[in-house]
This record gives sequence, C-alpha cells and structure tokens, in this order.
Amino acid sequence: MDVIDIHASCDGDFIAAVEAESGQQIAECYQCGNCTAGCPFTFAFDIPVSQVMRLLQAGQKKRLLTCKSIWLCATCESCTTRCPNNIDVARIMDVLRHMARREGYASERGVKIFWDAFLDSVEKHGRSFELGILTTYIAKTGRFWPDMGLGPKILPKGKLGFRPHEIQGQKQIARIFDKFRQEQRS
Amino acid sequence: MSTYAYYPGCSGLGTSREYDTSTRAVCRALGLTLADIPDWSCCGSTPAHTVDHTLSSALAARNLAQAEDLDASALITPCPSCLTNLKMAVHRMRDRDFRDRVNKLLDRPVRRDLPVKSVLQVLVEDVGPEELASRLPDKPLAGLKLAPYYGCIMNRPPEVMQFDDPEHPTAMDRLMLALGADVVPFPLKVECCGASFGVPRKDITARLSGKLLETAMDLGAHAMVTACPLCQMNLDLRQDQAASALGRKFQMPVFYYTQLMAVALRLPQNVIGLNKLCVSPHIAFAAMRKARAEAGRRDPSFSEEVA
Repeated sequence: MDVIDIHASCDGDFIAAVEAESGQQIAECYQCGNCTAGCPFTFAFDIPVSQVMRLLQAGQKKRLLTCKSIWLCATCESCTTRCPNNIDVARIMDVLRHMARREGYASERGVKIFWDAFLDSVEKHGRSFELGILTTYIAKTGRFWPDMGLGPKILPKGKLGFRPHEIQGQKQIARIFDKFRQEQRS
Repeated sequence: MSTYAYYPGCSGLGTSREYDTSTRAVCRALGLTLADIPDWSCCGSTPAHTVDHTLSSALAARNLAQAEDLDASALITPCPSCLTNLKMAVHRMRDRDFRDRVNKLLDRPVRRDLPVKSVLQVLVEDVGPEELASRLPDKPLAGLKLAPYYGCIMNRPPEVMQFDDPEHPTAMDRLMLALGADVVPFPLKVECCGASFGVPRKDITARLSGKLLETAMDLGAHAMVTACPLCQMNLDLRQDQAASALGRKFQMPVFYYTQLMAVALRLPQNVIGLNKLCVSPHIAFAAMRKARAEAGRRDPSFSEEVA
C-alpha cells in the first residue's frame, strides 16, 4: 500500500484541469472497483484504473502522467459503461494521455510511435496506409519487425496495398493538423 | 428505400477488403442503396482520440460534411472504430463550443446532423432477420455453430452508440439464426480483443484474443463471427500468436458476418472473399456438413465453393 502526503503533493490545478477537459466530476468516484474488475487490461497496467481515479482525487499529477496504464488503455469503454456513478472513466484516461503528451511523457514509447505513425500517414495521404505505418514504426523504433512470421500469412492474400490511397482533399486534412498544432501552441 | 451514405473506412481498402466487398454485395442483394461518400478521409481511428478530442472529431466530421452532398437518410459504416469516431463526433458536437472548435479546423463546416449507424444496425432494423429468413426457407447454414463476437465498441458506451444491448448484444445473433446457423451462448461478446496493440504490444493482444478463441473453442463453436476489421485481424491473422500465449492450439475460422450472409444468399465467390481469410474457413463448413448429415438434413448447394 502507498501512503501519500496529500498536503505536500496534491495538485489542485491538475484535478481542475482534468475535470475541465473531461467534463467529469472526479469526486464522484467512490472507489467501488467496478472499473478495475471489468477492465481487460488490468493484467498489463502498472496502476489499475480505479487506482488511477484515486490518485487523481489526490492530485498526483506526475505519478499519473508518467504511468504506463494511460498508454495501454484501449478505450474499450467497459469502465465507462459499468460505472455506477456514470463517470466517463475512459474519457478521463484519454485526457490523461493528452496531458502526458503535452508534457512530453510517453512511458510506452512503442505505443506512442505506432499511433504517431498512423496519424502521420493520415496527414500525408488523407487515409491510413497500413504498410506505410508499419514501415515508419519499424524505422522509428529500430526494432526489426517482431511480426515477421505474419508476412507469409498475409502477403498471399493480396490484401495489403503497396501504395497509399491519396484523396483529392489531402490538403484539407493537412490543414486540420496544421490548425490543430497552431491552436495548441497559442 | 432511401439511399445510405456509405463510409468504407481505410481498412476496407486493405486488410478487411472482404468485409467491404461482402457488405456491399449483401446490401445490394437486400435492396439497400449505398452511395460512397465523395472523397472520404480517415476517421482518425484510435490514434486521433488519444491525442486530442477536437482533432479526432474534426477528422471524423469532415466525412459528415462530405456526406451532405448526397441525398442520404443516414451515414453507415461497417467498421466499429469508424462508427464510434463518427458517432462520438456527432455526440460531442451537440455542445456548441465543441462544435465551433471542430468547425474551425475544417475547411467545410458541418451543417447537417446526419444520423450515423452501423451497417449491422441498418440490416437488422431496416431489413430485419424475419425478412432475411423468409428469403432463405432452406436454412442454408443449418448445422454451423457460431460464436458471435461483437467487439468492445460497437455498442458502448450506450449513450453514444444507441443500438442493441451494451453487455449482451443480439443483432448479429439474430441475423445468423435467420441464415439457419446456431449460435453458442458466447459470454465474451463485448470483451476487448487487444485492439490496436497488435503491433506495439502483441503480448497483450495475444493474451486477450487468446481468451476469446479459447472460450469459443471450449463452447464447441465451429467458427467465430465478427463485425470488426481489427477484431477479425487479431483473431485470424494473429491466431498462432494467441495460441502460443495460452499454450493451446487453435484452428478457429473467423468470418465477417456479411461473408456468411453472402454465402447463404448465394452471392458470387469474388465478393465473399473466403480466400482472404487466414485460417481456412473450410474447416467450419466441413463441420457444418457433418452436423447436417448427422441430423439427416440435405446439403444445400452454394455458389461459393465451401467444400
């Protein structure tokens, strides 16, 4: 069990920011544990989701923004669907990783690289290009593709495209990303 | 019947090609008119909403605006991930501030509130299992035992998805029953398969997908049937990884529900795309024929080579 000195480390601004960005009332969580009981990812999390909620109530910003769980949540919506107090827990997990990104934390680097590679592909082509995403992921992680064994299974199926599908409005998509980045800087 | 604005989703052009072609063919056969959204773009999928909700909704909402050019009664998509992003965008844009922020990122703001539905919802509500069954009096899939797997986000959260039951959905069950197939009482219908972690954390995906495959096998299912491209890929392409994670052996075919509808409706082989599946579907059809023979039921003839 962890003991936290609330007086020394509770960040009230952080709690308020999470509430504002998620539209949820953090204090409404009464720690029933239903979210953790149903969360399929508890085995892989370093902090179970109900404890994420508790640490949030205690304003433990750094602990939460550097944890692995926020990167491993798949937004499967079990927690949100089953919360007896109607807290949108999955949305809070999303908001925590938005904040972690903005503060420069990524404790599951491979996950972030994969998601970034996906979005780069969308920004460049307007649609996601599966093979291109994989290539970027391999290049950026420096990992030889650990899924090499899947190649012989999927390649003969003729499903993986070797060229991206460029849309006509690709510039409109690039502008969505540009404007978003400008907004974030301002 | 009215026209539906159709959003195929990126994987429909790649790894879930057979889902797209079978979906289009089944809709045509059942009298639903689909019109592709002109120059549609990626919905942002999981990665976008992990970065920012305005960005995510803007990527999805561009397609809502593009669909306004079609005289459609609803926007429909086969993919639950696209569905959730599109529906979430519509849901969050009911808030005026949020809507303004999204529209600011778009060259063309969203003006109409077009209803967004899954193809599954339209097949169940606008055609219906009864109509489907009446077209197939010979119960072409009788003897086939299926584990229906919906994936985690087709029905959740219920406030946003507004279709079927969030814990125990039955839409796909009812369509499969209408084809004559049996469905096993699959308890993990909405349990996550590991989603998009297949590449960066395949250990997680293998364990979660393994649990689904194991449960389907232990219930005696001949095959699993899904409505999600990512679930299908995790369960089918990555089946050996899931088996090693659990120390078991699987040979579980994983169909898209539209493929089985297309088989039952005797649609052409090239649109059904059974040859696009990794685990051979013939194992399931062989089990089906055996069950039929044991029940003294005649074998139906199929246009697709299911032997």
